[in-house]
Amino acid sequence: MRNLKSGILIFLIMAVLTGVVYPLVITVISQTAFPDKANGSLLSGDGEIHGSILAGQKFTLPEYFWPRPSISEYNALPSGASNQGPTSEALRQAVEDRSRELTPYISGQIPADLLLASGSGLDPHISPDAALVQIDHVAQARNLSAEQKAHLRELVNQYIEQPQWGVFGAPRVNVLRLNLAVDDTFGKPPLEGANQH
Amino acid sequence: MTNTNWQAYPGETTLSDLTQPLGLNVQNFLSAATGIAVMAALARGITGRQSSGLGNFWVDLVCSILYILLPISIIVAVILVSQGVVQNFSHYIDAKTLEGGSQILPMGPAASQVAIKQLGTNGGGFFGVNSAHPFENPTPFSNFIEYLSILIIPSALVYSFGILVNRRLHGIMLLSAMFIILFAGIGISLWSEFHVNPAIGGLPFMEGKEVRFGIFPSALWSVLTTAASNGSVNAMHDSLSPLAGLVAIFNMMLGEVVFGGVGSGVYGIVLFAILTVFIAGLMVGRTPEYLGKKIETRDVFFAVIGVLLPCAVVLILSSISLVVPGGLAGLSNKGPHGLSQVLYAFTSAANNNGSAFAGLNASTPYFTILTSIAMLLGRFGVIIPVLALSDSLGRKKYTPPSTGTFPTESSLFVILLISVIVIVGALTFFPALTLGPIIEHFLMIGGRTL
Repeated sequence: MRNLKSGILIFLIMAVLTGVVYPLVITVISQTAFPDKANGSLLSGDGEIHGSILAGQKFTLPEYFWPRPSISEYNALPSGASNQGPTSEALRQAVEDRSRELTPYISGQIPADLLLASGSGLDPHISPDAALVQIDHVAQARNLSAEQKAHLRELVNQYIEQPQWGVFGAPRVNVLRLNLAVDDTFGKPPLEGANQH
Repeated sequence: MTNTNWQAYPGETTLSDLTQPLGLNVQNFLSAATGIAVMAALARGITGRQSSGLGNFWVDLVCSILYILLPISIIVAVILVSQGVVQNFSHYIDAKTLEGGSQILPMGPAASQVAIKQLGTNGGGFFGVNSAHPFENPTPFSNFIEYLSILIIPSALVYSFGILVNRRLHGIMLLSAMFIILFAGIGISLWSEFHVNPAIGGLPFMEGKEVRFGIFPSALWSVLTTAASNGSVNAMHDSLSPLAGLVAIFNMMLGEVVFGGVGSGVYGIVLFAILTVFIAGLMVGRTPEYLGKKIETRDVFFAVIGVLLPCAVVLILSSISLVVPGGLAGLSNKGPHGLSQVLYAFTSAANNNGSAFAGLNASTPYFTILTSIAMLLGRFGVIIPVLALSDSLGRKKYTPPSTGTFPTESSLFVILLISVIVIVGALTFFPALTLGPIIEHFLMIGGRTL
C-alpha cells in the first residue's frame, strides 16, 4: 500500500516535471534565443505569410522551378509518403507517368529526385542537377533573353547549398528560396492556371 | 509504458498541443527510466552476495530522469531548435504559397518531444512522418544530432553496466560485440542502398527519402533506429531496398541486444551472455559461471524464456495474420513485400521498436489489438524473466574465478557471444526472411514488379 501511494505520488511529480515544466522551459529558452526558428522559419512579405523555408510547397507553373513529387501534394495535414516497396508495380507506374509528364519540359535524363516522392511529402529541396535541368523551361516560360538566361543559371548556381559545414548531408537547392529569388529578379508571373494539375 | 511507441496516427492532425507533451513526453521519460531501473536491478543482482534486495525501483527511476534523461534532453532540444525544429504553443499557420494556394503548417512544442523520443529510444514522432518531417528534422546537422541521440545513452549504459558489476572490461567486451554486429548491418545496408533499382528503370533508392539527407544518412539511420530499438525514421522503411529492409527487420529480430532500448539493451545482451557461458560450459563440461555467479538450470531457464518469447510472439502472430482476412486487409504491397510488412509490424511491436513498414494499415482494430498484445508480451515477457534471473543470481554465493572459468573478458567471449546471437536470430527467422526480403531482392534484380 505504501509502495502504491509513493508510486502515484512520484508519477504525478514526474508528470508535471516532464510533461509541463520541461516543455515550457524549452519553449521559453527557444523563443528567447531563436524566436524565428522556434516559430517555423516563416517567410512573410506584404503582411502575408508565404510559407516556411523548411517546408516545400507546390509549384506547377512552368515559370517556376518544380519540387519533387509529393504524395500529399505538399499538404502538411497530414504529411505522408507512398510507402511503396522497391518491387511495387504502383511505384513503377507512378515513375513512368511522372517521366512522361516531365519529358516535354526536360531534355535528356530526368534526375531521380524529380521522379521519386519524398518521405515527408514536404521535401523543400531538389538536387542541384534537378534544378539545372529546369533552367530551360523556366527561361522559356518567362520569355527570357539569352543574357537573362545566363543570369538565371548564375542564380541557380548561387542557390546550390553545399553539405552543411562541408560534412553533413547532400548538396541541394531550396526550391522556395530559388523561386522567390527568380520572382525578385524577373518579376512575378501571372497566376492563372496555377495549381491546376 | 512498453517503450515501443508504435504510431498509427499522424500527430499533427489527431493530437492537440496539450496532449502531445502531457501524454507522450511523460511516457517517453518514464519508460526510458524504467529500462534504466531494471538494468540497475540486474547489476545489483549480479554483484549481490546472497542478498535478496535489488534496490529501490522508485529511487532508480527518479535518479535516471533527473540526472540523465532530463539534462541531456534539454541540451539536445535547444540544439534542435537552433536548427529549425519548431517549439511553440501556436495553432496552425495558414500560409499563402507563391502560386496563390494555401498551405496549413502545423506547429507545436516539437523540439522538447523529439529530444526525449530520440534519447529515450522511444521513437515515434511529433509529426506523422516523424524525423523525415522538415519541422522535426530540418537540416543534415539536426539529423546527425538526432541519430547520435539514439545511440548515446544505450551504448553508454553498457559501459556503466560493466562498472556497476565491477568488471569494466566485461562492459567493453559486450559493447564491442554490439558494435561488430552493428557495423556488419551498416555495411550490408549501405551496399544494398547504393545500388540502383532495376525494377523501376534503374533509379537510385530515393523514394521515401529526403534530398537534404541523401541515401547515406537515411540508410545509416534505418540501421541505428532498429538496432537501438528506437523506431523513429527519417526515411520510409517500406521503400528501402530489400536487403536494407532485411537488416532493419533482422536488427529488431535479434531482440534488444545490439544496443537495444535504454537499459533494456543491457539486460537483452546479458541474457545472451548467460547463454554463451552456458554453451561454452557444455563444451568443456564445467559448471558455467557468469561474473562470479554459478549459472544453474533455473537461470538458463529464465534466460531462454527472455530470449525466445519475443521470437515466438513474432512468428506466431505474423503467421496468423497471413491467413486471416483481418490481417491481409491491411497490406498495401503485394507479394513478398506484403509478407515483409506484416513481419516488420510484429517484429517491431514485440521487440519494443515502433518503426514500421508504414504502408501497412495498422490502425485497423485487428492490428491495433494484435500489435498491442505483441508489445506487452515482448516487453514484460522479457522484463519479468530478467528480474527473476536477477533475484536468483543475487541469492547466490560469489564464486571466485578458477582455471576452469570461461573468461568473459576475452575476445574469444566476444566471438562466441556474437555467434550465439546470430545463430539464434538466423535459425529462428531465416525461413521468414527468405520468403520476404530475400525473394524480393531477387525479384528486383530480375526487374520484376508486382
